[in-house]
Amino acid sequence: MKAVVVIFPGSNREHDVCLALKRATGHEPARIWHREGSLPDADLIVLPGGFAYGDYLRCGAMAAHSPIMREVRARADRGTPVLGICNGFQVLTEAGMLPGALLPNRTLTFICRDVHLRVENNQTIFTCGYSAGQTIRVPTAHHDGNYTADPGTLDRLEDRGLVAFRYCSPTGELVDSDNVNGSTRAIAGIFNETRTVLGLMPHPENATDPLLGGTDGQGLFDGLVGALQ
Amino acid sequence: MDNRSNVTPELAAEMGLSPEEFDRAVAILGRTPNLTELGIFSAMWSEHCSYKSSKVWLKTLPTTGPRVICGPGENAGVVDIGDGEAVVFKIESHNHPSFIEPYQGAATGVGGILRDVFTMGARPIAMLNSLRFGSPDHPKTRHLVGGVVAGIGGYGNCVGVPTVGGECQFHPAYNGNILVNAMCVGLARADRIFYSAAAGPGNLVIYVGAKTGRDGIHGATMASAEFGGDAGEMRPTVQVGDPFTEKLLIEACLELMETDAIVAIQDMGAAGLTSSAVEMAGKGGLGIELDLDHVPVREEGMSPYEIMLSESQERMLMILAPGSEALARRVFDKWELDFAVIGRVTETGRLVLRMHGETAAEIPVGPLVTEAPLYQRPWTRRDPAVDIDAAALPERDPLPCLKLLIASPDLASKRWVWEQYDYLVQGNTVKRPGGDAAVIRIAETGKALALKTDATPRYCRADPERGGMQAVAENWRNLTAVGAVPLALTDNMNFGNPEKPEIMGEFVGVIEGMRQACLALDYPVVSGNVSLYNETSGSAILPTPVIGGVGLIADAGQAVDLALKQEGNALILIGEPVDQRGGHLGSSLYLREIEGREDGPPPPVDLTAERRRGDFVRGEIAAGRVAACHDISDGGLLVAVAEMAMAGGWGVALDALPVSAPRHAWLFGEDQGRYLIETGDPEVVLASAKSMSIYAQCIGRVGGSELTVPGAGAISVAELRAANEAWLPGYMAQG
Repeated sequence: MKAVVVIFPGSNREHDVCLALKRATGHEPARIWHREGSLPDADLIVLPGGFAYGDYLRCGAMAAHSPIMREVRARADRGTPVLGICNGFQVLTEAGMLPGALLPNRTLTFICRDVHLRVENNQTIFTCGYSAGQTIRVPTAHHDGNYTADPGTLDRLEDRGLVAFRYCSPTGELVDSDNVNGSTRAIAGIFNETRTVLGLMPHPENATDPLLGGTDGQGLFDGLVGALQ
Repeated sequence: MDNRSNVTPELAAEMGLSPEEFDRAVAILGRTPNLTELGIFSAMWSEHCSYKSSKVWLKTLPTTGPRVICGPGENAGVVDIGDGEAVVFKIESHNHPSFIEPYQGAATGVGGILRDVFTMGARPIAMLNSLRFGSPDHPKTRHLVGGVVAGIGGYGNCVGVPTVGGECQFHPAYNGNILVNAMCVGLARADRIFYSAAAGPGNLVIYVGAKTGRDGIHGATMASAEFGGDAGEMRPTVQVGDPFTEKLLIEACLELMETDAIVAIQDMGAAGLTSSAVEMAGKGGLGIELDLDHVPVREEGMSPYEIMLSESQERMLMILAPGSEALARRVFDKWELDFAVIGRVTETGRLVLRMHGETAAEIPVGPLVTEAPLYQRPWTRRDPAVDIDAAALPERDPLPCLKLLIASPDLASKRWVWEQYDYLVQGNTVKRPGGDAAVIRIAETGKALALKTDATPRYCRADPERGGMQAVAENWRNLTAVGAVPLALTDNMNFGNPEKPEIMGEFVGVIEGMRQACLALDYPVVSGNVSLYNETSGSAILPTPVIGGVGLIADAGQAVDLALKQEGNALILIGEPVDQRGGHLGSSLYLREIEGREDGPPPPVDLTAERRRGDFVRGEIAAGRVAACHDISDGGLLVAVAEMAMAGGWGVALDALPVSAPRHAWLFGEDQGRYLIETGDPEVVLASAKSMSIYAQCIGRVGGSELTVPGAGAISVAELRAANEAWLPGYMAQG
């Protein structure tokens, strides 16, 4: 699997996701600076976490208008899988590649914490490494991860199996106190219509090494390798 | 004010120069300085930049060792960690600005210490913060806590450097002067360290980073004075941080450092362009000529005085090798940062500033640096505190006391703080905040660094020398408790007004204690910062020498933490109480929180025993016999047991307590040099300790869900945890 990680000024988790991709694929993914006009051939495009352009406007709003995003969108339209993690998820919503928006956390603070996620649909290239309904533990680290969308959009996401992950208790129940940022319907990650674009707030790339507190995020990367190899 | 307008001793006094200092400046120039020159003298000779009250004492600290590559005097200390790698680190205060404007004050403190580290060629890999606030009951405290924590997070999270540890404590002595000390740790190639000494007359002086504005003018002088009642009026001297620009600056500088373009580099911190230019020229024994018309500015009509004294953030000064300009410009263009040639290195030994075709300032750099005032300030020694007789204190039920203690502001969980920091970014955090020390893996080699900040100000107030010794020893112990070999430390000396002999005496005593501990533990000081004049309306903070320590672990996988792991394991106490009455309660948290008293001497520190016990514990960890380890410090033995139980989610049944000592002294005494270790091989550990003549005693067993104290009942770990976790979020929610 050839992966490309797009780096904006202010991205800061590219190193983390590259480590996880390397662990899953055996080789370093390509890193592409946002001002490079074109993307190399790739089986997967990753938009990493961070604070692109400082997030001084809305999170992800500036990066969504970076020229490289036209190329990302064109590739996605042709079916190349795109994974947006944290700031990458925010960029994807701002670019209109995923519906909804990410508001400030309901605590109005940045939260760095391990959370539990329930895998809502494992019939995708991103989640096929997990079993349906499996609960995984991965970290979050964000200030603006409170997912929202209009009720019609939310219903559509649910009806078509486009909700990827929900925040849940360690045993998989939907409990308000485990909804770390107050996301509507506890949504932590969503797919596009074709399930080839995934945006999620938590950081599976930071849960891929037993020495660092867990490996539950590895399934996402291993699943991708299995599906795309 | 016009640059040529009359400069008088009165104006100099307003800028913080004494009449004698002003006379000295006149003598150096051979004439009366103009306004810009006066500003430069005032900034360079401020306490903050010149260390004029502290230098004679700082010089007594040990600063060398086989691993030390660069000690104090550069932007940060550098220590060899083998395999061609070096760790680069420093701690710095941003106390005064953070009190005036907590968010920006703390944020720019983080930005400043980051620059000190990457200036030396190191990629920042971790940050820590040592915070001290006033009484929780003080009307400003909640606002200050919220602002400082958000500011640290806002900056550190954005630049993508994990904030992995620190402290957060409360005491009324900080009501008018909070402490915000930020530490940054970076990783560099040992043969690619960058220094600040200018070289090569004719070489270009380059300005990179953010534009210069009117913010923070004369901040170094503000940081060198007491607050009156109107500290809020100083708000315009606080700078505003831009972490996004800092992130770009880190990447751009590190990218250029891969080439041979940079001859010398210095960040613009306190006193901005003034101190960076003077330090580079002074260290190189050369001159620097700057054309201020070429400095990128944010506002129109800025005077030479304003440009030289601005403390706008995220700016660097570099001296380039001949022929490197185009290469350097390309790198900074890529990162969309300002890049301007603003001058060149000269052989004159003078700092010459030109603007609008005129000479705005001309100062001989040598005398400006070497003839800076240096004071041997008078000091007095404090009378020793009267001992506390533990047997004379009332008998109390220990478990309710324990619950009160772990819910008290200093011992309550600081999760509310550190969850606002990204402690995971960069993907190397082996041990997260909340333990004895954070552990960060070095991915390339599988080694790890242990990092921690410590100070016990109440000890330093009661006995400065013992307090200084204890701060170093506790820091060394905390690194040891995760399995690390302590390498070196950085210190942040926070004190009141040094012109008062009793405050100067605190400083002198603390330094002497630190000196002894550093020598006994082979633990040199490689960088540091001094923050004096932490007083408001004549009331000083507790003497607070914050020790930031760095230790090395050969294999990241061998690091241990304090969480109990396994039912049935034994809990072993290493190190006996030194106090004959079974536990030292003078200046203890038990005395303060339970008896409402802050008297008594702090516990003595036996540096020989400290070292022997630490080396023993580290050896047991390396041998794989330690499942969990925790040092015994604030709150004593029972608090340490409770912290291990809460972290691991296991109960502990303590063995019968010794009958020779008052129960509260044994359980809550803060005798130094002690550890608790959890092990599945108690016989082996005890035999190993015996063979080395180390005191070791099994004091209980891991298991169940309760902490049981014979003769005093039991309390559930869940109840302890709830009390420990509830205080800070509850307090902040009342705002």
